[in-house]
Amino acid sequence: MTRIALAAISAAALLAFATPSFAATPMIFVSNEKDNTITVLNADTLEQIKTVKVARRPRGIVVSPDGKELFVAAGDGDIMDVVDIGTLEVTRQLESGPDPELMALSPKGEIIYIANEDDSLVTIMDVKSGDILAEVPVGVEPEGMGVSPDGKFTVATSESTSMAHVIDTASNKLIANVLVDSRPREAKFTPDGKELWVSSEVGGTISVIDPKTWKVTQKISFEVPGVRPEQLQPVGMDFTKDGKLVFVPLGPSNRVAVIDVASKEVKEYILVGQRPWHGEMSADGKKFYVANGLTNDLTVIDVESLKAEKSVPVGRLPWGVAVTPLPQ
Amino acid sequence: MRLVYLGKEYEEPLPLSYAEKPITDKGIQGARLMLKEANQAGNFVGHSFELEEAILPLDGDVVAKAKELLAKGERFIIADLEPADLLAVADLPEAKDALIMNIRSSATSLRQEQCRVNVFHIIPDYAMRADAIAQYLIWKKWPRWFVIRRDSPQDQDFLAQVKRSAGRFGGKVVEDKVYDLPPGARNLDSGHQQIQAQIPMVTEAAPDHDVVWVINSDDDFGDYLLYRTYLPRPVVGTQGMQAIAWDKSYTESGAMHFQNAIPRIAKRQPVERDYTAWLGFRALADSAMKSGTTTPQEVRAYMLSDQFKLEGFKGQAMSFRTWDHQMRQPIVLGGGTRVPVSTSPQEGFLHPTNVTDTLGFDQPETKCKFK
Repeated sequence: MTRIALAAISAAALLAFATPSFAATPMIFVSNEKDNTITVLNADTLEQIKTVKVARRPRGIVVSPDGKELFVAAGDGDIMDVVDIGTLEVTRQLESGPDPELMALSPKGEIIYIANEDDSLVTIMDVKSGDILAEVPVGVEPEGMGVSPDGKFTVATSESTSMAHVIDTASNKLIANVLVDSRPREAKFTPDGKELWVSSEVGGTISVIDPKTWKVTQKISFEVPGVRPEQLQPVGMDFTKDGKLVFVPLGPSNRVAVIDVASKEVKEYILVGQRPWHGEMSADGKKFYVANGLTNDLTVIDVESLKAEKSVPVGRLPWGVAVTPLPQ
Repeated sequence: MRLVYLGKEYEEPLPLSYAEKPITDKGIQGARLMLKEANQAGNFVGHSFELEEAILPLDGDVVAKAKELLAKGERFIIADLEPADLLAVADLPEAKDALIMNIRSSATSLRQEQCRVNVFHIIPDYAMRADAIAQYLIWKKWPRWFVIRRDSPQDQDFLAQVKRSAGRFGGKVVEDKVYDLPPGARNLDSGHQQIQAQIPMVTEAAPDHDVVWVINSDDDFGDYLLYRTYLPRPVVGTQGMQAIAWDKSYTESGAMHFQNAIPRIAKRQPVERDYTAWLGFRALADSAMKSGTTTPQEVRAYMLSDQFKLEGFKGQAMSFRTWDHQMRQPIVLGGGTRVPVSTSPQEGFLHPTNVTDTLGFDQPETKCKFK
């Protein structure tokens, strides 16, 4: 009886190996900039499922809202790889233009906005066909991309020009250019869409912008006793599902700041691995995952207790993090 | 905002390699790039920038030209000038409220006894360069340095700073040797055979040392030392591993943007002076845009304030030291290698307020007294 059951399991395992399907597994994806790979972890067990080979220098990664595809910006490959999440294979590529770094999807996932550093352009692309719908000139070295929750606005940050450029997605025209502190990286709307947050890596601040007026209403800065101010460099930003907190990896200070969105006060600095730049909330919103670039691992932070719980090894120079959504 | 690039066609040292073309447009190409970028940024917020290029022939009168420009109302000057010309311009009474960005000279006296309140130094001085290399050598536990050099004023300046670095960080100059074979022609068929025989002889008698520190601003023998010393020793200084604000091998913190942008307009790779010109222009343009004003007084006040945090591909904000107007900046260690060796300041060299102030003259040591 036992023997038959075992045989059945191994047959199933073999079958799974022949035509793998990972669709039901909750997953975490980490782009490894140095290895040219994506590490895929089981989000429940944190065990490695697969390492996916992609084009050179993968950085920004994002999962489609339906959880079926993973988009990977490969800067040195001048291409965007698309990984089928069911099979964990690269199934197609999008012509992103040179040196893509970060991108954002429209709320429904049909349009992708890509920052092209070299050409000072935002490329707006149809996800299915890969057709370019528009190219919008912005400031020098565009990097971060953020779409408002209602999909009406897309924001690009330009690192050299130190601005957040607001694109009206109905007309694909620039409607505002907001000067922020040096080397802006990410732009994100609060989940209720009432505020736009822009991190400035070299300036060491986050600018909070009012989308009604496109003016900076407040700046948030960081302070940790014993840590040199120039090491407190905000890069990524991820809001909790309820929109009450934001998690901000602070690069060379080896910490993640947790900010209370209502009061704009930093609640906590959580020590993680070395040089964290980007992270992501788990699908259920209970954990925050952050990639530590110099220690080649991913730290899991518990959102309720604000404690770092565990770190797991990934590839070399991990950069971006993405997760599969909850089953719909 | 109107800026002037004031320069002179000084005779530049020829590259030691006959195959390497002398570059005659160092600096100005960086300023031209920033003009384009500043206007690209300015367009969005209602600022525009103009650049007048005033590059005089070798026998041109810089002071007369400066007077003419100042009389026209120009106050923002990117100065591609040697120390004597720079000081002559800075000391003009009409230049009193001008902002003069030194993008060319590393002379330490310009930051010390000869400092001027209207001059800002974008390019690192010899003290910063010596400290940047010295920190790395101490970190490597290579504290004994054999200096071999020429004797030009620049070389003497660099030597004094190497000795100062040795004293600060626990290194030692075990010998200071002036290399006195005349440079001669650059291109000689089978010339390497003589050099291969000469260099071991020149380096044989030196006391025990960990590295050879070459000081050869005229670039007429330094590279001959590499791989040819009597003992197998790395070479650092003006050749070999160098401390520079920009290097063709440097790619971090967005640096590829500059590496790609300069060849598009200049048809060649960027050099250090392109970067310092770009950065000097940028310091002025950024201050104007962020402070929302273009009067020299207000731009100056903003540039010297805590709000001024300049981005320039070094992964941290750059700013001016208030005591001598030297730009504080991380320094790349590269120059000869295909990938950079490191960036200084090195881990473990500490400072109470800003670790980049471990490079060069810190406030307590400054001899600068602005009048």
